[in-house]
Amino acid sequence: MSIIKLLYRNTLRHKLRTFLTILGLTIAILAFGLLRTVVSAWYAGVEASSASRLITRNAISLVFTLPASYKEKIRQIEGVETVSWGNWFGGIYIDEKNFFANFAVDPKTYLKLYPEFILTPEEKLAFFRDRKGAVAGRKVAERFHWKIGDIITLRGTIFPGNWDFVLRGIYRGRYPATDETQFFFNWEYLNESMKKISPRRADQIGFYIEGLKDPDRAAEVAAAIDASFKNSIMETLTETEKAFQLGFVSMTEAIVIAIRLVSFVVIIIIMAVVANTMAMSARERTGEYAVFKTLGFGKWHIAGLIFGESFFITMTGCALGILTTFPAAKAFGDAMSAFLPIFHVSRQTIYLDVVAAVIVAVVAAIIPTYRSVNIRIAEGLRKIT
Amino acid sequence: MKIPVSYSFRNLWTRRLTTVFTASGMALVVFVFASILMLSEGLKKTLVETGSYDNVVVIRKSAGSEVQSGIERFPASLVETQPEIAMGPDGQRLVAKELVVLINLQKRGGSKPGQVVIRGITGNSLILRPQVRLIKGRLPRPGSSELMAGMSIAKRFQGAGFGETLRFSMRDWKIVGVFDAGNSGFTSEIWGDVDQLMQSFRRPVYSSILFQLRTSSEFAKVKARIENDPRLTLEAKRETKYYADQSEMMAKFLRILGMSLTVIFSFGAVIGAMITMYASVSNRTAEIGTLRALGFQRRNILYSFIIEAMLLGVTGGCTGLFFASFLQLFTISTLNFQTFSELAFSFTLTFEIVYKSILFSLIMGLVGGVLPAVRAARMNIVEALREG
Repeated sequence: MSIIKLLYRNTLRHKLRTFLTILGLTIAILAFGLLRTVVSAWYAGVEASSASRLITRNAISLVFTLPASYKEKIRQIEGVETVSWGNWFGGIYIDEKNFFANFAVDPKTYLKLYPEFILTPEEKLAFFRDRKGAVAGRKVAERFHWKIGDIITLRGTIFPGNWDFVLRGIYRGRYPATDETQFFFNWEYLNESMKKISPRRADQIGFYIEGLKDPDRAAEVAAAIDASFKNSIMETLTETEKAFQLGFVSMTEAIVIAIRLVSFVVIIIIMAVVANTMAMSARERTGEYAVFKTLGFGKWHIAGLIFGESFFITMTGCALGILTTFPAAKAFGDAMSAFLPIFHVSRQTIYLDVVAAVIVAVVAAIIPTYRSVNIRIAEGLRKIT
Repeated sequence: MKIPVSYSFRNLWTRRLTTVFTASGMALVVFVFASILMLSEGLKKTLVETGSYDNVVVIRKSAGSEVQSGIERFPASLVETQPEIAMGPDGQRLVAKELVVLINLQKRGGSKPGQVVIRGITGNSLILRPQVRLIKGRLPRPGSSELMAGMSIAKRFQGAGFGETLRFSMRDWKIVGVFDAGNSGFTSEIWGDVDQLMQSFRRPVYSSILFQLRTSSEFAKVKARIENDPRLTLEAKRETKYYADQSEMMAKFLRILGMSLTVIFSFGAVIGAMITMYASVSNRTAEIGTLRALGFQRRNILYSFIIEAMLLGVTGGCTGLFFASFLQLFTISTLNFQTFSELAFSFTLTFEIVYKSILFSLIMGLVGGVLPAVRAARMNIVEALREG
């Protein structure tokens, strides 16, 4: 007798119930996958950052700037190859809803340190030549339908006034994890304008980025940079780009923890639903199992029947859930691209989906199996549901 | 004639295992539903208590928040002379020119960083914010390197506790007091003398000007005057509005998260209830036939099953709510994306949330139970009796 056939028939005996359970599982796996992807999107900045770049900023906090004269001093430090610098601009494009990250940077050194931003040589040259030039990531450009040569106006929040930029390039990311939602422009434009508007705030730099000759010596070089500005009015804090990004993420840790917890709650809820289905199926078949036992089938056989059915249901739901995760993640990622620039389903998430489904299948089958296996034959035959 | 409620109740009791599974699924959904409502409520409460309606905050135009803003001394003194500003008990104008910056501090028990708001205050700052109460030590003396810390900062950050010392800007700052500002955002701040802080940070500009209105209705007048003055590039907002704007993004985030989770989760729970109720109906086919034969109407059967489903829902709802109420003991502290600073708020349970959650669980039970109940009610007497 083919046990597979029996399993299949058993599963389809209550079509409506099986369908509802599979539907529930599909939704749960979909939700679990999406929540996990949100968590990994949160850490995307950390993943994409390089260990061979250092970030130097004012030790008090990011609100405070550093003098522009520091760049020469940093350049002299052993182990530093390239020094670039920039300011967080925090400009608003038309409305606050249209948020994207925007920086003033030193074009040549910045692009040298970020080889993952791909621009054509012509675009690069045009950007270097135009003081009002700017470069935007592919995703922002698509979002606002920008073309090269367009004039983009940002309203300054930190630097007052309206600022016009000419879009000179649209960069693509070298890796899938590269952030394609940034916008950067020539630091000289910002600095020269500040000299006119508010001279006190000119020649001030938000952060320095250092490219290293040897990434293994990052800690040493970072300590050397900080030591050279120790006990000055503007002390510095230097860390690897990864640590810098991780610092940000850890401040929003509470949210990440909440999302993680909720993703487990989803699995527990569906566990209750599947366990319920299995308990009902097993209870209805108590008489049949007793017949099996009378015919001489062992305990393992009956356990196999219940576990098999449980796995059949969960695996079908899991497969459907995983299949729907991709289009759902795409839609969700597009809608939330302002908050979570990188949103793609990782392989690890898929593995976790499967693991979760297996756990649900096993847990759901345990109690019904225990009951069915341990009931005495006579009792089982007599039992009316 | 009606079928007594106890019949429904006993049915649930007979199938305990199934009832426990289904109800616990619903309990978890209600738990999540209630906890997100409690979180939003906590955030709202924090914001409402932070601002007071008659206070006006002046910041640089389109700066968005105090941290991004900067007001030079000359424009600040122009704002200070507006006639709509209320007078204090000593005849002084109730204006506070303040400095707001962020500093990095390490959390206690670990090396995790946090960005904390440090506010330079003047004597009037305390009068304008009556919710701030000193609970330990004394106020920082003007002109000295002394600070006082909000309760939640003192508890959670290294060097911010009473009697401890913080070091920044080449100076040691002694914490001489700890204050409590209720549920308001000020509990997550550190306060010190504005002139001392401006000096040590080398930042000779104020961040914001706060004043109290002489009469509440004069807001529009003073707002128009400040914003249209060609010498000023400033904007004025009521303090309540200002703080609501500050955490708009956070509130929106919570709302979206809460709504989508609730919808997805309740789907799962409704399916669970539906499975249980369908099984409950098909197991009792003969019983239903008997009831019908005894003269109970289709309507009675329908109601009986719906009541059973709703009982199931309400059991789950109460359990979920019971566990959610313990969340009130926790405080969430996270980074507010808009201001880049720490914001602490706690889960708050209100009567409205209780009744919303119970209603929600009833609806889940109802939605899950309607289709099975209809099937039960439409059964043919003879066929039903023949089964079983």
